[in-house]
Amino acid sequence: MNKLLLAALVSGALSMPALAADYTILAPAAPGGGWDQTARTMQEAFTAEGISGNVQVTNVPGAGGTIGLAQFANQDAGNPNALIVGGYVMVGAILTNMSPVTLADVTPIARLTGEAVAIVVPAASDIQTLDDLVAKLKENTGAVSWAGGSAGGVDHITAGLIAKTVGVDPTQVNYIAYSGGGEALAAILGNQVTVGISGISEFSSQIAAGELRLLAVSSEERVPGVDGPTLKEAGVDLAVQNWRMVAAAPGISAEQKAAITADIKALATSATWQTALETKGWVDTYLDGEAFDTQLAADIAATETILKDIGLVQ
Amino acid sequence: MNTFELLGQGLIAAMQVQNLIYALIGVTLGTAVGVLPGIGPALTVALLLPVTYNLDPAGSLIMFAGIYYGGMYGGSTTSILLNTPGESASIVTALEGNKMARQGRGGPALATAAIGSFVAGLIATLGLAFIAPFVVKFALSFGPADYFALMILAFITVSAAFGDSPLRGLTALFIGLGLGIIGIDQQTGQTRLAFGVLDLLDGIEVTTLAVALFAIGETIKTATDPDQIKAEVMAIKGSVWMTLEDWKRSWASWLRGTFIGFPIGAMPAGGADIASFLSYSAEKSFAKKPEEFGHGAIEGVAGPEAANNASAAGTLVPLLTLGLPTTATAAIMLAGFQQFGLQPGPLLFANNAGLVWSLIASLLIANFMLLVLNLPLIGLWVKLLTIPKPWLYAGILVFATLGTLGANGAMSMGFGSVRISFELVLLLAFGVLGYLLRRFGYPIAPVVVGLILGPMAEQQLRRALSISQGDPAVLFHSPISLVLYAVAIIAVGLPMIMRWRGKGAVLGQLASDED
Repeated sequence: MNKLLLAALVSGALSMPALAADYTILAPAAPGGGWDQTARTMQEAFTAEGISGNVQVTNVPGAGGTIGLAQFANQDAGNPNALIVGGYVMVGAILTNMSPVTLADVTPIARLTGEAVAIVVPAASDIQTLDDLVAKLKENTGAVSWAGGSAGGVDHITAGLIAKTVGVDPTQVNYIAYSGGGEALAAILGNQVTVGISGISEFSSQIAAGELRLLAVSSEERVPGVDGPTLKEAGVDLAVQNWRMVAAAPGISAEQKAAITADIKALATSATWQTALETKGWVDTYLDGEAFDTQLAADIAATETILKDIGLVQ
Repeated sequence: MNTFELLGQGLIAAMQVQNLIYALIGVTLGTAVGVLPGIGPALTVALLLPVTYNLDPAGSLIMFAGIYYGGMYGGSTTSILLNTPGESASIVTALEGNKMARQGRGGPALATAAIGSFVAGLIATLGLAFIAPFVVKFALSFGPADYFALMILAFITVSAAFGDSPLRGLTALFIGLGLGIIGIDQQTGQTRLAFGVLDLLDGIEVTTLAVALFAIGETIKTATDPDQIKAEVMAIKGSVWMTLEDWKRSWASWLRGTFIGFPIGAMPAGGADIASFLSYSAEKSFAKKPEEFGHGAIEGVAGPEAANNASAAGTLVPLLTLGLPTTATAAIMLAGFQQFGLQPGPLLFANNAGLVWSLIASLLIANFMLLVLNLPLIGLWVKLLTIPKPWLYAGILVFATLGTLGANGAMSMGFGSVRISFELVLLLAFGVLGYLLRRFGYPIAPVVVGLILGPMAEQQLRRALSISQGDPAVLFHSPISLVLYAVAIIAVGLPMIMRWRGKGAVLGQLASDED
């Protein structure tokens, strides 16, 4: 432990001239959730790799991250040391909450991690494949109840997109929102609902134990270590991915943005970060610069369309 | 190997001096944080998680266990002594506990809370070790309709304790229900009654309301009433320790609290607050002297405190057997387990038996350490009450304010360049509400109960109806919900029959409690 500490000090001292900043990272969620863990893992990697000397994480929970986002945009404008963690869920929350502050009011830097959405049924269910589920949806859309995370989040969006893709009215989707994947999992295991939809990591140990049957994952590629087809392989032409990103404050200069992007890139390629991804089961989907801006704009537009289709946004 | 051998091995591992020290550090930190305003157990575990990376798995699990149990217990101390419940599960403790403290019986109140927590923790941890798979099956069988029935039972039994004026009790309850509607609706994501205020999007924080109504409201009331300031406070009357009568009155309450708390804590949508409410109403109906409720009945501290701690152990049932974190603290502990390659879930007991049993053994050790740490401190704590009233109330104001700022310190409101905290404005506004309610003889507790149970009941009802596509018959389909409704009817009906048979005098007395 002492050696580690010494190593950290030495590497910190060596890289001192290159230290860009003492970053503060805002996690717009309560301790324990995905954004909080992302922020704290960044904190660990920043200091361990000597990219930043002193990193503070603060939590501002609430309303799908929009409360934290609003506070960040107002109070940290022009501060080149302030970062905020966010993700796809925030995109939906901004639209459904009619948030006055959007991602256009901050400076998105890079996408960091991604996760596929999994569609599962309890082991005892008569639904064996995604085709069975689609058949049931076409027969009586409302009779299929979906349990997943918060309304307007990526789980809800994916359920709506599946319905739309197979030609079923998305407004009829009977989506039951739970406060998180865990509570939804309980409802699925207890046979309270027809089908479950949430991040693959929420379900993976139950799938391995044979308590849940995986119908499909939403990503372009199959998820390593999980035995199940993608939506496309199962006959539904759709790919959705939940992702987490990091953004900087509004009103910073182009040079400051470039410096932050360089730091984040160094973070994302560092050994500490890569090891953390592995232990936490996160998939590296690093994307920055114009490519990320284009991807973000496309995701926001698609989300707005589907939320209107579902009827959550007017 | 059978369960006992495994547990024995775990205990031997946990009994090493080094691990005992980790346990002691854990409970000390946990208790300290539980007592401090504004930092909950979830944030503590999150902050301390990196520290445990450097320990071996067993050592860090033991520290987690200590922090977890310590945090659950620590909140009761401030509830009893200062009437400032730091978390929703210790609100009920403040009702009787603070009354006891003011009659010079703070010592026995703290002691029954500590020993009750120990007894409940012990039984519930053994329950976790031996019957977790059965409990989790029962907990999973609860559907939205059954949860709704559970909420109805809680509403009815708690409101039966509202006092002699049902109208005043219901008025207070509906204030709470109204406040509960504020914020984003979970099922549709739409905002209700937030009037464009960002801080209201997530609804009213339960602890802000509770601290405001209990502590700030009372401070204002005391300040406006000169007689109350002059009145002598008896810090210690009789023994600091529990008398024989206290023991006699407590033990059954501890057991009842444990048996209510453990299964409810194991339910994914249960929680320590519901368990403590139900335990309080159960104690009131079983009490030999129900007239003491509202004036410092020791059963009203013993039961809910036991329920609170048993529920904390219950939370670990779905976490360990299903990998299902049902509280924020559990979610962070899950992240901690993953550091050691421990994947909680259905295969955990098969794949990592050694670590699981050392965790369970650590919980037993932590529970014992908690008692060792807290019993000697009681004498010290009650000295707080000898502080002259004006100073004490000033201290309570500072404590309540700091706690609110600590939990949500965003300076989100402002006039020009002057920034103020919206949460603090809420605290003061609800404080004035608390004063007015007291001034005009309305009970306080139903407001908080309404805020906690209202949104839960609404969500479960709407989920049930949504799954059944609008058919209300679903509410009465399952045997569980029918049993719960039957208990609710008995809870209402029995006092009526007793009153009719001439025992009304006692119930009339019971009714006169205020807050």
